[in-house]
This record gives sequence, C-alpha cells and structure tokens, in this order.
Amino acid sequence: MKYLVLLIGDGEVKPWDEHTPDEQAATMERFRAFDEACAARPGVEVLAGEALADAGTATTLRTRGGRLEMTDGPYAEVVEGMGGFYLVEAPDLDVLVELLGELPAYDMQVSPVVDVTY
Amino acid sequence: MTDVLERTVREEWGRLVALLLAQFRRVDLVEDAMGDAVEAAARRWPQDGVPDNPSAWLLTAARRRLLDRLRAEETARRGAPDLAREAGHREEGARAMADPGDLVEDDLLRLVLMCAHPALAPEAASALTLRLVMGVPTPDVARLFLVPEATMAARITRAKKKIVGAAIPFGVPDASVLPERLDTVAQVAYLAFTAGYAPGTGPDLLRAETSGEAIRLVRVVLGVRPDEPVLVALLALTLLQHSRRDARVHDGRLVLLPDQDRGRWHHDEIAEALGLLEHPGLTGPITVLAASYTLQARIAAEHARAARPEDTRWDHVVALYDTLLAVAPSPAARLARAVAVAEAQGPASGIAALEGVEIPASHRVAAVRAELLARDGDAVAARAAYDQAIAACRNDVELAHLRARRAALD
Repeated sequence: MKYLVLLIGDGEVKPWDEHTPDEQAATMERFRAFDEACAARPGVEVLAGEALADAGTATTLRTRGGRLEMTDGPYAEVVEGMGGFYLVEAPDLDVLVELLGELPAYDMQVSPVVDVTY
Repeated sequence: MTDVLERTVREEWGRLVALLLAQFRRVDLVEDAMGDAVEAAARRWPQDGVPDNPSAWLLTAARRRLLDRLRAEETARRGAPDLAREAGHREEGARAMADPGDLVEDDLLRLVLMCAHPALAPEAASALTLRLVMGVPTPDVARLFLVPEATMAARITRAKKKIVGAAIPFGVPDASVLPERLDTVAQVAYLAFTAGYAPGTGPDLLRAETSGEAIRLVRVVLGVRPDEPVLVALLALTLLQHSRRDARVHDGRLVLLPDQDRGRWHHDEIAEALGLLEHPGLTGPITVLAASYTLQARIAAEHARAARPEDTRWDHVVALYDTLLAVAPSPAARLARAVAVAEAQGPASGIAALEGVEIPASHRVAAVRAELLARDGDAVAARAAYDQAIAACRNDVELAHLRARRAALD
C-alpha cells in the first residue's frame, strides 16, 4: 500500500522562521529520525518526500467549461499551510502512523494512493 | 431460524468472521459470505437435519461463497478461465489454516482492534463492531443507533471500504500502543451501550436488549484480554447501570433513582460488578479512561450498596466525583456532582455547585436546577427552569416527567 502523507499545518511546531538555530537543528533531526526509522522497517520505503515553497507561490488549476483555468494561490484553506509531503510504501496504516510519530508534531493528512492501471 | 442456528450465530459469529478474515483478509466480502451461509443453513438444516458441528458447517459454507466470489473477481480481472486449479490450491491452504486453537482467540482480538480502529469514526466503528464481532443484524444495529436501515447499511459499507482502502490492519499493534487501542475498543463498546441505555430522542427510554448486546461485547473482548483494566472497569460500570433497567421505567414513565423499587434491580449483576471492582489491576497504573470508568463504577456501586435511598453515603459520592473531575473533567460529571452535593449538604449548596455548568443542546442542567430550586422553595425560578428544560428535551419519557414535575408546582 502506498500512502501520500501531507504535512498540512504546523500543529504544535513553531513556524520555521521562528525557530532558533538549535531548534531548527532539532527539527531537522526529527526528519532524519523518520527517514532512518523507515529505512530500518521491513516493507517500508519513502518513495518521495520534499519540502514545499510557501503557499504564496502555489498555483491552482481548475477546469471550467472545458478550459483549464489557472489562479494564484493554493486550492483550498486546508492546504494553505502545507509544508511538505512524503510518498511512503508501508504494509498498513498502523505501521505508517507509528513511523510518522518520529516526525515533528505537524498536523498531517494520510491518503492511500490508488492503483490506476491503463 | 432454528434454535441451534440462532445460538450458533450468537455465540460463534465473531470467531467465524475472524477465521475468515485471517484467511482471506477481505472484510468487504466476509460479512456477505457469512450472511449467505446463515441463509443457506436456515434453508437446509430443517430438511437435512442439524449438522454435528454447526459452526464448522457455517464456516465451510461461508468459505465456499468467498472462494466463489474471489474466483469471479479474478475471472473478471484476467478474463481468463484458467483459475480452477489455482483456487483449488488456495482451498487446501484454507483447510490448513482452519485449525481452531489458541490462534482463534488472537484472531478475535485482531478483529475487534480492526473494527474499533481510531481511524474510523466512533459511530461507524461501534456499528461495525456490533455487526462483525457480535453478528447483530444490520436492521437491529440501525434501530440501536436510531437511524434508518439504509443509512446504517451505507455507514457499515463505508467503514468496510475505509478498512480495505486505507489498509487498516487485521493485527495486534505494538505493545507500546496496545493500551490506547484497547481504550478505543472500550469507548466503542461504551458508545454501543449508551446508545441503548439513554437514547436522546424517541419514545423508547430503555432498550435493555441492545445494552445487553454491548455488555456481551465487553465480555467477549475481556475473554481475549483478561485482566485488562479498562475492560474490567467498563464491565463493572455497564453491569451496574444495566442492573437498574427494570426499575427505571414504570407504566412508560421515568422513575428516578431515589424512587426506584430496589427489589427490581438485578442483584446478581450488582454482585458481579462489585467483585470486578475488587480486581487488583484497578489499583495499579491505569489509563485515564480506565480510571474514569473505575470511578464512575465506584459511584454507581455506592448507590447499588444502599438498601434504601436514605442509606446512600452521599459524602462518599461527592468525594468520588471530586476525584473523577480531577482525572477526567466533564460538564456531565460536574452536573452529577452538583446533584450529590445537594443530597449531602442541601439544595442551596447543590444550586451553588451548578454555577457555570453548561451542556450544549441538553435539557439536563436546566432539569436539575429546576428540581433543586423547587426543593429550595423557589417555585417561580423553578417554573422558569422547568420551561427551559422542557423546551430542550427530546426524549418522550423524560418530557412527560418534566411536565408532571412542573405541574406539581402549581
């Protein structure tokens, strides 16, 4: 099973630019711990994971009346604070949630990826 | 349905579902297969005679249905007929796995933990648990949760889809998370219990039968996790509440605790609950939820021990509520504490203790305030509070009670 993990909001984590250098190092250490925990767990693999530029740089695409329209900004309020994502292969939801506990205390959304074969 | 079939379904459903899930991992197909098996048994047993091993018969029939479905799925997927051989192989594997033993108990626990998973909405988890673990038919689950049958069927289907789609595991989690997962199981069982015990609306104040189902669920889970504090405490609490069922309603009218005929309480259940509260596991380190259930059960036990209302040790009850509020503060507990304070120290103290207690969309705070004001001799304020309670109350039996109390003021 593949899961898309969206780091949706800062949750109990201070905004990045309010971190002291030490706090930044500690937060980065959590990301490293997550990577290591995933690598050490059989059947688990981080397939992709990136930090995202701030929401002001996001562009929304919508098709209206058959035309692809582009607007500035994120799609909806829920992703305004989206700071990053992972694409993780994991055997089940419990294993994934256990590993996500390694990450900084962000609010997250986990969505299973659906296999679409053409 | 024959008696044997009914009894087998009642006692074996959860185990059979767990066995089928252990083998096939397809929660979306297992329930239908079990339903078909029971239907086939209802048809065949009266003609062919009841089989020597009824639950093995049901398991075989359900397994056959499942294999048929899987075969059909695979044919549809591949469009190829070369499957009979493969399915045959799988059936052999299936027989090897059907050996019942200690593993079956583990499978039942896996089933319970899957149905009562925190990634499912609590109402959905509760309904799914009653359906898959206890075998309560969907129409009965719908009745219990006061929703139309179609709504409940859709809710259960959605929950099963989420389990399959999000890969909610049929497994026992790591020991570090197991206690909180068992807390969720307890909450799910208690939700099923309270749905039957005190429905918010409708003419049916007590649905003892469905509360009984929830208690049976707690017993089943306790059977696979003996001595688990949260389950011991929950069983004690639900038994004590359930023990008053025959005394709570008289001629369709609500009977409050002090007016109940205590001879009609189920004293065997009270005795069992009091025994459970002596369990050594309840004095060790336990979760907040387990502590909360234990304290609520001890409060109920104070009432259960009093032969007459005037024998109630209200000072003990107040002290237990103080501890409960320290462990797990809630408006409902503050309200109940105010009632105990009024009994221990008089209505004026009770009214003072009600200060600032609010339960949104509930008539209970206003109803208690009205009662205490009436006892304190303030008929004008009591009348206003009764009006407020009557406007917010949506339970027919309680509404009749409130109207009668208000009329008695005149």
